[in-house]
Amino acid sequence: AKTRKNIVSGFESVFSGFSRIDDDFYEELEEILIMGDIGVRATEEILDSLKEKVKENKIKDPADCKELLIDSIKEQMNVGDTAYRFEDEKSVVLIIGVNGVGKTTTVGKLAGKLKSQNKKVIMAAADTFRAAAGEQLHEWANRAGVDIVGGQDGADPAAVVFDAVQAAKARKADVLLCDTAGRLHNKKNLMEELKKINRILEKEYPEAYRETLVVLDATTGQNALVQAKQFSEAAEITGIVLTKMDGTAKGGIAVAIHSELGIPVKYIGVGETIDDLQKFDADQFVDALFDTQTEE
Amino acid sequence: MAFDSLSEKLQNVFKNLRRKGRLTEEDVKAALKEVKLALLEADVNFKVVKNFVKSVQERAVGSDVMNGLNPGQMVIKIVNEEMVKLMGSETTEIALKPGIAITVIMMAGLQGAGKTTTTAKIAGKLKQKGKKPLLAACDVYRPAAIAQLQTNGEKQGVEVFSMGDSHKPVNIAKAAVEHASKNGFNVVILDTAGRLHIDEEMMDELIEIKEQVDVSQTILVVDSMTGQDAVNVASTFEEKIGIDGVVLTKLDGDTRGGAALSIRAVTGKPILYIGMGEKLSDLEQFYPDRMASRILGMGDVLTLIEKA
Ligand SMILES: Nc1nc2c(ncn2[C@@H]2O[C@H](COP(=O)(O)OP(=O)(O)OP(=O)(O)O)[C@@H](O)[C@H]2O)c(=O)[nH]1
Ligand SMILES: Nc1nc2c(ncn2[C@@H]2O[C@H](COP(=O)(O)OP(=O)(O)OP(=O)(O)O)[C@@H](O)[C@H]2O)c(=O)[nH]1
Ligand SMILES: [Mg+2]
Ligand SMILES: [Mg+2]
Repeated sequence: AKTRKNIVSGFESVFSGFSRIDDDFYEELEEILIMGDIGVRATEEILDSLKEKVKENKIKDPADCKELLIDSIKEQMNVGDTAYRFEDEKSVVLIIGVNGVGKTTTVGKLAGKLKSQNKKVIMAAADTFRAAAGEQLHEWANRAGVDIVGGQDGADPAAVVFDAVQAAKARKADVLLCDTAGRLHNKKNLMEELKKINRILEKEYPEAYRETLVVLDATTGQNALVQAKQFSEAAEITGIVLTKMDGTAKGGIAVAIHSELGIPVKYIGVGETIDDLQKFDADQFVDALFDTQTEE
Repeated sequence: MAFDSLSEKLQNVFKNLRRKGRLTEEDVKAALKEVKLALLEADVNFKVVKNFVKSVQERAVGSDVMNGLNPGQMVIKIVNEEMVKLMGSETTEIALKPGIAITVIMMAGLQGAGKTTTTAKIAGKLKQKGKKPLLAACDVYRPAAIAQLQTNGEKQGVEVFSMGDSHKPVNIAKAAVEHASKNGFNVVILDTAGRLHIDEEMMDELIEIKEQVDVSQTILVVDSMTGQDAVNVASTFEEKIGIDGVVLTKLDGDTRGGAALSIRAVTGKPILYIGMGEKLSDLEQFYPDRMASRILGMGDVLTLIEKA
């Protein structure tokens, strides 16, 4: 598996390449942040607060800005203590997101991770729509060595989830992982379907700790913010999985999402194998954001 | 959404400017500042935006404000024209060889972009045109990729050629073309695995296919929600493999789709089709002018301008 290389020098050069904190310096930072998909608004906010701090602390050296900037973004992206509680509780994890972002793969990776912690895991194959979605998840269940319920083409996804909950109870599963079909957030009927799945979980499995993860492709631009907003109207989102971080996209939109919606990134996907899922590391993320090497 | 108010913002900027005559540098700068923000919000690449805005500025300063327009609208008119021009002024079709000669089309792109779905969609379109397409299952990595293509092929009534997942994609591609020529197919569409543009080994795989199979069209499939990285992806695919056209998928969402502009600007390759849904009939012609107004996010202003 490939993991993202952190080229420290690229990061450093942004700050050491300038001798003064001037408009050019801020412009360079603006460019880096926007090129990282953070978005115009969040970038402005970040730079405004940086400028304030620079003034307050009478900072003269661009290199000293580095710490300030990193710390403020890192602080903001902090995951929180209870982020991974579901791993240790009897829980149900609902995985949702738009088409092709990496939901099914993430379910497979999470299953592998939990299985290696000796957890009893059951997968619910609630994508009954996309061609061969069931077969795909079955392959992941095999790889992870866990049970799977459903996967029948054309079945009602809510009914699959219902069956999976009964199976989880009967087999005393620790974690139930629900894969769902990709759906664009602007499709009313599909979002209604999601609410229905959510209601089934609430009603049938109230004793389970709820975790609802929105999967976002790191390559996605500003639309990811809209996605996160719309999905949180259909279900209570507890975290984000940022996939395809092994590419050259920075996933900066996650910063905007965190600042606007308060939803933390909990995992990142860094490849296509079962081991390519990592807990989110704010330090590494911010470092990579400023690694401009690949842009040249 | 934040950008819905762009036209309002522009109206505001020019509220007090009712005079006619030439566009001054000030007029243009004020308007272009808002345009720049709109383009960035739409995910057009930062560098592409910079260059674009600069060239519009050069053209706009000193030009006459048309009757019925205010200076802001005049700038937008020029912006829109330049964008449509950049986008490719007309629709383009996939180039097909005539008669029984076999056209090999290779699909390529990042993971999850929509290659397999688009493969089946294009096959349906070509079948309607009287072609006889064959789909080749060259993704031997993704779980159930072959089953996915087969299910889609069945829905379209199009044959799928597969050798399972234990052969090299280049060999599958070669065998598929052979199968096609023996069985009277005149189009072969290669569905390849998703790959990162920086994954050397996987990129080499596509190069190898191109070396050993007579691929006449390489189509890059791009998710329309792609952000700033679209230029890296598109330019690397173009440099390493060479592409002939682009399909933009998932435009049934509410993304502004600025990636379209970025990709055009860095590769110069035409956008052939747009994906408008998950159903296999959801593939539509690409219209540069419609895309331009979607990216600008100000259909109302444009209608006004067109009437002027
Ligand atoms: N490079 C890379 N590829 C990934 C990652 N996660 C998923 N993928 C790939 O992305 C593609 C789509 O993944 P899926 O898991 O099928 O995505 P999905 O969200 O379930 O897709 P739909 O169910 O069709 O909406 C596959 O080719 C995966 O192998 C990642 O972290 N890095
Ligand atoms: N809404 C919408 N979904 C689409 C469109 N095109 C493809 N999809 C969906 O996007 C997801 C990924 O599509 P695939 O065709 O599997 O993508 P791929 O590029 O072959 O993926 P990999 O082989 O894993 O790299 C699926 O859920 C498709 O149904 C489109 O135009 N609109
Ligand atoms: Mg899936
Ligand atoms: Mg595919």
